[in-house]
Amino acid sequence: MTVTPAEAPGAYLDHAATTPMSSAALEAFVAEAGRTGNASSLHSAGRAARRTVEESRETVAAALGARPSEVIFTGGGTEADNLAVKGIFWGRRTQNPQRTRVLVSAVEHHAVLDPAFWLAGHAGAEITLLPVDGEGRVDLDALRAELAAHADEVALVSVMWANNEVGTVQPVRDVARIAHKHGVPVHTDAVQAVGQVEVDFAASGVDALTVTGHKLGGPVGVGALLARRDLPLEAVSHGGGQERGVRSGTLDVAAIRAFAVALREAVASREERAAVLSTLRDELVAGVRRVVPDAVLRGPDPAAGGPSDPPARLPANAHFTFPGAEGDSLLYLLDSAGVQASTGSACQAGVPQPSHVLLAMGVSETDARGALRFSLGATSTRDDVDRLLAALPVVADRARAAGLVAARPGGVA
Amino acid sequence: MRVLAAMSGGVDSAVAAALAVEAGHDVVGVHMALSRNRDQFRTGSRGCCSIEDAGDARRAADVLGIPYYVWDLSETFEETVVADFLSEYSAGRTPNPCVRCNEHIKFEALLDKATALGFDAVATGHYARIETAGDGTRELHRSPNDAKDQSYVLAVMGPERLERSLFPLGGFATKDEVRAEAERRGLSVSAKPDSYDICFVADGDTRGFLRSRLGEQPGQVRDTDGNVVGEHQGAYAYTVGQRKGLGLGRPAADGKARYVVDVDTGSNTVVVGPAELLSVDRIAGDKAVWLAPPTVDWTTCEVQIRAHGRAVPAQVRAAAASGADGGTDGLEVRLGESLRGVAAGQSVVVYRGTQVLGQATVTRAWRDAPAGAPVRA
Repeated sequence: MTVTPAEAPGAYLDHAATTPMSSAALEAFVAEAGRTGNASSLHSAGRAARRTVEESRETVAAALGARPSEVIFTGGGTEADNLAVKGIFWGRRTQNPQRTRVLVSAVEHHAVLDPAFWLAGHAGAEITLLPVDGEGRVDLDALRAELAAHADEVALVSVMWANNEVGTVQPVRDVARIAHKHGVPVHTDAVQAVGQVEVDFAASGVDALTVTGHKLGGPVGVGALLARRDLPLEAVSHGGGQERGVRSGTLDVAAIRAFAVALREAVASREERAAVLSTLRDELVAGVRRVVPDAVLRGPDPAAGGPSDPPARLPANAHFTFPGAEGDSLLYLLDSAGVQASTGSACQAGVPQPSHVLLAMGVSETDARGALRFSLGATSTRDDVDRLLAALPVVADRARAAGLVAARPGGVA
Repeated sequence: MRVLAAMSGGVDSAVAAALAVEAGHDVVGVHMALSRNRDQFRTGSRGCCSIEDAGDARRAADVLGIPYYVWDLSETFEETVVADFLSEYSAGRTPNPCVRCNEHIKFEALLDKATALGFDAVATGHYARIETAGDGTRELHRSPNDAKDQSYVLAVMGPERLERSLFPLGGFATKDEVRAEAERRGLSVSAKPDSYDICFVADGDTRGFLRSRLGEQPGQVRDTDGNVVGEHQGAYAYTVGQRKGLGLGRPAADGKARYVVDVDTGSNTVVVGPAELLSVDRIAGDKAVWLAPPTVDWTTCEVQIRAHGRAVPAQVRAAAASGADGGTDGLEVRLGESLRGVAAGQSVVVYRGTQVLGQATVTRAWRDAPAGAPVRA
């Protein structure tokens, strides 16, 4: 697909944070934004808007193996995750007050973890974090054991399709099969997966799935929760009753249209793009290992074990820890060398926190502080990778020197 | 030059960063996170360390078009500045946490990490001037803004660190000028009130903070004859020279105001007495840091013992330290006029005119002139 190149000069290696809008999506967005019409209105302008929304719904459903009636448009991935976690919890608990347990993988995005822990603090939920292995893959035996012990009390299971930091693709189909044996619904956050690996809602067996626009060439601020019609799902935002009554609010026709256009494109071109990006990613991984030999790849090694289907790791993701360095030092030094990457984990008031994903994988807190994620996208080129590899040796040395200052007694934390 | 601008979120550091940018430097803004639980630090318009302040700093960096990072120095801050604050008060001394912060945080932890990352200098919003002498050495001088002059709390940094420091506000004579510069550049912090007091004492209640960290230690307040005249909840919370908040039940026999003249945390006793007992003309210090060549022979200059105090004429010489560690970094001071309420733990800063020559930490202050008795043994 064609995209508008990023305006910032230099190598943009943070497509997992957000990736440029595709030209077609941008065009659709601008065209729709110029039209007036509330999709809930009954007059002709409203009908035109409604038609655009429903066509987009069909497009999204078709691209993801869902039925149009299963598509609930939201204001992005975080909102869809909140709707899934809180909405399913409340829905299932209304059916049976015993169901207060929420099982989530320890490596979920904060958009899943935080609503779950909010429910623990405010609605009597009990959260179980399902452990992961050293590559970040969820422990299915732990899931089986939890369900065997408490199935009647479990409101939902939420396991992401693919991890946003280390790119690990989760055995979502197995999670769904195991949970369904106990009659427990499954939600999956597929924000990082859609457009990268094959995502088929119906075939996966999950009951709810989160997708967002801006990770696949659509606009920021729009996404969807796919939810089976028989899934108990309480509304999180109340109002005009749009989107099956579970997500009130005037529909953003332009964003929805652009999202649908981008999603269709991203899914249609997925295999071809994945092949190109995984080759480039493999070069990046090999290159980083060559120029900084003690860098440690985190997550599944794409060079090990040959091709698998689905792949063990997202094709555009690479993630390393650099011993003795701090992620924000690396980030700053790379940025000043014209390379934009990410530590991959959340900040609290701007202070980088050691990633809960890496900690769950058994990485020490010290090592976890030296994390960098590189993520590729449609605009990525060999030049971007070369630029990174040219800068990295000096950057890593310098960050390590700064880390030594930090590590000495009475030094920087 | 590659310059790291320390940005607190206040107007001074924002303008300092702006001036560094305009001087043609390659500037990166860094806000220091100094508390693990950031709600505990002062919030709102008076602080420098709250999440709101971090947001103000970020906004200023965006306006200036410079990268912005937050560095977590909270552990070092707790281990150095806060720990020193507590241990000094525990020992009956009166620490200056801003001096310790400049010593351990801004011009050590921050500056050293910046240097390791390839920065040539750290720019801060301090009010002080750096001048280059004829032989190329750098000198620290008072700001022309008397009310804001911060040379007192900067003296501790030493010459090597001064080499790697920039104080772009050094030439500003008034705070209003700085605010005008901020406004001219569209920096929204232009009208933000100044910060006061100690940033990690959430509500300005130092005694309450000490009590929460050191626990209540009830003891007696005595007069200089040893009579019990009151009670306290911990001798550590008192400072030599203090008059307010003594909570003495009855007035002194002579009806005169009473001051804390000694804090003995060993016996957990606070001694109060008349103002005359506070008058000293000799000071001894240790941990001396010299920004100019040490004065080995008695030299005429001025000394200042409080951040916003007055400098008084004095004779000063470097000496063997009188402190327990017995180092050679001592300082002896003969005051040209008596000073009141000089407490151990305070910084004594040596000036010649506007130039800072050096500084030390007060270990002892007493009266040598025949008329008075020694204030502290």
